[in-house]
Order: sequence, then C-alpha cells, then structure tokens
Amino acid sequence: MDSLIAQAERKLLTPGGLATGDLERVFAQLMGPSIDAADLYFQHSRSESWLLEEGIVKDGSHSIEQGVGVRAISGEKTGFAYSDEIVLPQLLDASKAARAIAQGGNGAGKPLALNGARALYPAIDPVESLPNPDKIALLREVDAYARSRDPRVKQVIVSLAATMDTVLVAGSDGTLAADVRPLVRLNVQVIAEANGRREQGHAGGGGRYGYRELIENGRALAFADEAVRAALVNLDAIDAPAGSMTVVLGPGWPGVLLHEAIGHGLEGDFNRKGSSAFAGRLGQRVAAKGVTVVDDGTLPGRRGSLSIDDEGTPTECTTLIEDGILTGYMQDKLNARLMGMKPTGNGRRESFTQLPMPRMTNTYMLAGSHDPQEILRSVKKGLYAPNFGGGQVDITNGKFVFSASEAYLIEDGRITAPVKGATLIGAGPEVLNRVSMIGNDLALDEGVGVCGKDGQSVPVGVGQPTLKIDGMTVGGTAS
Amino acid sequence: MSAPVIAADRRQPDTSQQELDRLAELAEDVIRHARAAGASQAEVAASIDTGLSVNVRLGEVETVEHTRDRGFGVTVYFGGRKGSASTADLNPDSIRITLEQACAIARFTEEDPAAGLADAARMATAFPDLDLWHPWDIDTAQAIALGQEIEAAGRAHAGIGNSDGASVQAGQSLSVYANSHGFVGRERGTRHSLSLSLIAGDADGMQRDYWYDSVRAPGDFIGARALGDKAAQRTLARVGARGLSTRQCPVLFAPELARGLIGHLVGAVSGGTLYRRASFLLDHAGRQIMPSWLNIVERPLLPRGQGSGAFDAEGVATRDSALVENGVLARYVLGSYSARKLGLESTGNAGGIHNLLVEPGQDDFAGMLKRMGTGLLVTEVMGQGVNTITGDYSRGAAGFWVENGQIAYPVEEITIAANLRDMFAGIVAVGSDVDPRSHILTGSILLERMTVAGE
Repeated sequence: MDSLIAQAERKLLTPGGLATGDLERVFAQLMGPSIDAADLYFQHSRSESWLLEEGIVKDGSHSIEQGVGVRAISGEKTGFAYSDEIVLPQLLDASKAARAIAQGGNGAGKPLALNGARALYPAIDPVESLPNPDKIALLREVDAYARSRDPRVKQVIVSLAATMDTVLVAGSDGTLAADVRPLVRLNVQVIAEANGRREQGHAGGGGRYGYRELIENGRALAFADEAVRAALVNLDAIDAPAGSMTVVLGPGWPGVLLHEAIGHGLEGDFNRKGSSAFAGRLGQRVAAKGVTVVDDGTLPGRRGSLSIDDEGTPTECTTLIEDGILTGYMQDKLNARLMGMKPTGNGRRESFTQLPMPRMTNTYMLAGSHDPQEILRSVKKGLYAPNFGGGQVDITNGKFVFSASEAYLIEDGRITAPVKGATLIGAGPEVLNRVSMIGNDLALDEGVGVCGKDGQSVPVGVGQPTLKIDGMTVGGTAS
Repeated sequence: MSAPVIAADRRQPDTSQQELDRLAELAEDVIRHARAAGASQAEVAASIDTGLSVNVRLGEVETVEHTRDRGFGVTVYFGGRKGSASTADLNPDSIRITLEQACAIARFTEEDPAAGLADAARMATAFPDLDLWHPWDIDTAQAIALGQEIEAAGRAHAGIGNSDGASVQAGQSLSVYANSHGFVGRERGTRHSLSLSLIAGDADGMQRDYWYDSVRAPGDFIGARALGDKAAQRTLARVGARGLSTRQCPVLFAPELARGLIGHLVGAVSGGTLYRRASFLLDHAGRQIMPSWLNIVERPLLPRGQGSGAFDAEGVATRDSALVENGVLARYVLGSYSARKLGLESTGNAGGIHNLLVEPGQDDFAGMLKRMGTGLLVTEVMGQGVNTITGDYSRGAAGFWVENGQIAYPVEEITIAANLRDMFAGIVAVGSDVDPRSHILTGSILLERMTVAGE
C-alpha cells in the first residue's frame, strides 16, 4: 500500500519537477529573524457532480484545481500569496510576496519530519468509485422511487457529487504531513403539490468514503423517503406560533444549535481578539449541568472529520463544555501560539487560495438520561422541531438564529399539528443554561453540513440528543 | 476620496487588452476543438481575477494577501446532451483534458430538448464602454496606511473599545465568454472596497457593527474619515439593545436590507424557480404584485454600475426593461434554457439580473422614519428563513424601535415574519436614500405590517 506522503508527492510535487528536499530551499527564502513561522500548503482537488431533474440526467460537470499557498507569520502579522503552478520559480516568487510582511535576513526552518497521523478514511478517489453508468442508474432509481411514493410528488431533483482532495503541508516548525480526502454526497429535493399549495422537502447525506458506502443498505432510497415525507408534512402545516416558548429539538441535525450558539464563539481567533461573547470565560458556567459538548475531528468517515487539519496537526476530540463549564477553545497554530495554548487540530481552509483559521469539525452534545418521549410528555405547550435549515450567529453579542424546516406544536405532552418553518432566535451564552432535559438518543447528522466563515466554506458535522429548552423565541406569525 | 494615491510614474503597464485577446484566442481554439470532437455546440467562459487585500487591526497590519485566480470552463452539447468541465489551470494540456472530460460527461447525460446555446440572433453586437475599468494603483504600504487611517477614524469615537479590523481591497477581473455561434464577448472590470468593523461595550455585553464601501473607480470612495465615522456611529448606536414583546407593527427596512427584499422578488420570478414550479409567484406575469405607484426597471448599461454588462452569461444582448410597472409584474427573469422550458423568450438574464433600479420616492431616511411613525427599523437580518416556494419569511433581526418618527432605542434578539406576497403588496413607501453599493439600487422600504416576535 502506497503511503499518503508518496501519493501526495507524486500528485503535487513530481509533475513540477519538485521533491520534498526542494522545500527546504523555499523555507530558506521564507524564513528570517522576524518571521515566527511559515508554511506551504499544496493541494490538488478533483470533483464531479451530476444532476437529475424532471426525470432527466440533465447536467454533469467535472473540475480540477491545484496550487500552493505560501504563508509567513511575524507576531500577529500574516503575509500570504499563492500560485496555481507548482514549480520552483513560482514558489519562490510567492514566498517573496508572503514574507514582505516582515523585514530581515535569511534563516531556515527546522528539518522536515514526517508526521504520521492515523488515517480516518481510505485514500481513494471517490469519482472513480462507481462507473458512470451506475451513477446515472442511481439517480434514475432515486427519482422513480420518490415519484412512486405519493401522487402529490410533482418535482424531484437528485444530485450526486464527489471530491478528492490531495494535500501536502510543510511547515517551518518541521511539520511534513499529507492527506488524501474523499468526500461524497447525495441530495434529494422533492416538491409536492395539493389543492394549489406547493411545499418542499429535502434530505441527503454523505461522508469521507466512496459512492458504494453512500448508497449501500438502501440509504439512497431512505433519503428519498425522508424528502417525500417532509414535503407531505409541510403540505398540512399551519402558521407557526410567534413568541417565547418551550422548544424541544429533535436528535441529530438540530445540533446546528450548538454550532451557532456556542461553536463559533469558541473559535480561538475570536477569543484572542476579544470579539467573542465567550472571551475570557474559560472555567465559567455557560450551560446547565449535564451539558457536555465536544468538537471531534477524529470520527472515522464523517463529513467533518480530518486525519490532519490543514496545518498538518492531527485532529482531536476537544471538550468545549464539560457538565456546563467552559473548558476549551478550538485552535489553529497562529492563535494557539498567541494565546499560549496548544493547537487542537482545528486549523482549516477552503483551499490553497485562502488562509487557515480555527474552524469546527464535528460538533456535538453527549447524551443524557431522558427518554425522548418522557421529554415531550413534560411539555404542556411548546414547539417540537426535528429538522432545520441553516443558521447564523453574531459572535460578539452572541445572538444566533436557526431555521426549522419541519416543526410541530406540542400540546399537553403530545405532538399535534405541523407548523410552517420558522426561525428561532436566542443568545448563545444564555440558551444552554435553559437546557432542562437531555435525551438518551444522541445522533449525528447524515453528512450535509457546510459552514461559512469569512467567505470560506468547509464541510462540518453536528449532532445532539433530543433537547428541551425552557424558552426560546419562535419567529412565526400566529398569535 | 481624500487619501491615496495614484502616482503616475509607478503605474504598471496595462496589459488587460492583450490578456483578454489571449483568453479569447484560447476560447475560440477550444470551441474549434469541441466541434472537431463532434459537439454540435460549445461554449467557453474564461477569467483572470487579480487583487490585493490588506487587513489592519488595532493599528497593525494583520494580513496581506495577493490574489490571482484563473478559471476556465467549457460546456459541450451533443444535440440535447450536455457536459461541463472546468479547471483553474490554463496550460494547454489541462485545457485539452478539461475538454475531454466535458465530452465524456456528455456521453452519459440524457437528451434534454431545451438544452443548448441561446439563439444566435440574440447575441450582442454592440459593446459600449461602460466605464468599468479603473485599476487602483495602490501598493501594499499605501493600502496598509489607508486601512490604518480608516480604523483610527473609527476608534477615535469614545466608547469604541475594540476593533475587528479595517480592510482595503483592490481587484480587477478579465473575462471572456465565447460560443460556437461565433460570439466572443470580452469584459474587464475593476472593483475595490473598504470596510471597517468595530466593537463597543464591555463584559456585560458587546456589540459589533461595520460599514463598507464598494466602487468601480477609487475616486468614487467615500473618505476614510467618513467610513470610520459611519462604522463607529453604527456600532455605538447598538449599545444597550433590548428585546421587544411579540407584536404586529410597521417595519422599515434600511436601504442595504431593502435590496434583500428586492432580491427575493428576483429569485421568485427567475426562470429556474418558475419551470420547477418552486415559486410563490408562479403564473404572476401581468398581475398586480405591488402597489400601483411602484416601478422597478433593469438598466444593464449604467456607466460604472455594479452589475453593468452588454451581454449576459450566454452572450445575449442586454437591454433596458421594466420588471415591475405600476405594481404589475411586467416579465420574468429568464435565460434561454428556462425561457424554452416556459415557452417564452430569453430576457437576457442568464447568470442573473444586471442593475435593477427601484424608483425612489420623495422621502429621505428621516422622512421615512416620520412616515412610519411608530414601528421597527430593521438594520440587520440573520439566517436564511425565506421560502421561495411558499413566500413564507421568518428571519432573525436587529435594529431600532421608532416612536413618533424618532429612533427610541436599539433592539435585538427578535424575529420578523410574514409572507412575501403580503409584504410586497403592503409596501407603503420607498425612500430616496438609495444605496449605490449594489447592483440592486433601492432606498429604504416601508412595509405596512409584519409579526415581530420576542420575549
């Protein structure tokens, strides 16, 4: 079996006549007395996508991008340049531009030493993991199946996508690490129509494996079932209530609550700069007793997982909140160094054309002890929200939103009428103090999350058990 | 603007026309190869974007980024079968492989009778100079100094305790679209921006806000001082924000948010959502959707316009055209594909709208507050709670409670909700306070009523 580093060198360095030994020449140019750290991030990215709509596989696309990002850091200053040609002259040019951030003579980095992290996923090219005719057949099967489920299904859109990222990271601190990252995804969107009313339902999932793992055990058809079910529920939805009320969140994807309410606020950069509502609160109570939240990049095959982050640091399972007490931040190398902390394997970037930042991986709350039915039975009047679209947070005042795509009234301990999607709003440092019951049904999402920060998108995961929150504002229209 | 900075002797030679010619040659060459490979039609989009981006925080440079992004995409049609591929590498070998990939994909996609290029007769033939090319000859040191000046202006305000930094960005884009009708369109444009984000308050509660400017020509920027002042005033105004009880009331969208409402209209009348029957404005062309005094017109050829262009993403000539006339939806927003699906003609909107002007009313911002009397001024919305299929709208919001035409106090942690159909029909007035920073040009918009949810 070919090692990751050998695969990465062959894909990234060899075509331009480079070898890892040449990188030391680049560091000699990059480093100087006033440069604290420098790194090179080589990336080759291959992706494809297929789209079925109106029963026809209408569109397919393929793309290749590659290049190298060069970063030089002096104190809190970062100089950055990149090249889409991986050859020595371009690397030296980019280094010159990046290091212009600081003055000084020549130096050198530490000798590069291979960082052999454990691999959390296979080093495969998922584009090649299924013959093209089988991909087409899969799309058609999902479409036909979704349409067969109910005559009210009028439109089915199915998309299938795969990416293989090959990365090689070399740092002046001696880091040398490589990774081959597969990622696949299947999405189903259904529009149902009845009595002149139209509603939609979505479902999908994926992870860091090949197409076969994505579709085995009937998973593809289960996505179709779920999308149809959600669309049909929404056809009967009445106006959502407006105002503050008890909210019960379902397990799994509703964990987007954690991502927005506390996740972003615990990223190292915002805390170093004092711009987060959580800055300076390590060791303080920020959630009810029983609430434990982790960011875990080490789950095999998960969409948000990475064997190494984009700075070459092996990912970790970082406890952010333990039994209600704030215990940790997510760090990249720059912010860890400036805060006197350890990197946690959360340095991520969308591509070689952008700078790494502290980012989440898979963020979830550990299970509690309550049966989900018991939680629902305890609510006299409230909202049950088992599915969500996206969310957003203002990390400075802590206000965050997330939008339910499927919700129901809870009346006298029972789930009753479905209500239209509505946005929920709360304050991050407060909302987890209002968690009064935690279910025993921890689930992670199916693998659909995309997190945006400073214009950079990265795949992430979320999860949680069923949660009861005593009081959140629900943005409906019914009084 | 006041500060920088164009020293004629340092100006780099402008090679943009030669680079455009090179991209055009490449595009035409690939189209010839696609035809030789048996494609009945082909189209190519190629671009080169370059820029400098500097961030300054607490008086010190934080990041300096040099950007140069290249893109090349080809779409081939074998009858009604379509395949696309793209690469960021413009070397001949990569281009050849990219074309092969596109052709390989078209072997597996299925016959779609509506697929193909826009009609040849609709290709643009006039390419007026829209005054979009104004490279900003600013070097890193000057950009840092300008960022420092902007941030210092903001931090000079009492109560500003922290900064999220100032940014200075200069950018230029070259792009070519060509297709097998023989159409070759060249575009070049510059876009520069300044921004500042500040933080006020203390451990009991911080607030952050920002301001930015975005222009085609650096001479059109508001001054560094003005930008810093505006960011500081916006941030300080939010300190001490409270909640609101749940209620129904009039809502005034500040201009930079009003354009979002118009964006939802564009989304709902765009071909892609219509032929999928995924719009609450399905079959609404020719029907009243807004008050009868309201007019919205597309003006694709505005000099220095943020969305200006003589042709759309398929080469179709753009033209001035009403979108909403006397409150009636005058047309949809279509490219050739959705037009064929709907049995209509392309409106020159493949890739989106160009400049959209909402006809301004008489009242400036203060006048709009007076007209509202008592209600909610929204200056920020959060989240994605807009459902184009049903028109249901529910988003997080922050802003100010207004009493008797005067701002009373800042509010936060509230939601605003209604259905877009009612929101559009319930527009009371459009302000004269037009925000020039976007391709959607509108003043503030006053809505008769929304549900505000809070504590």
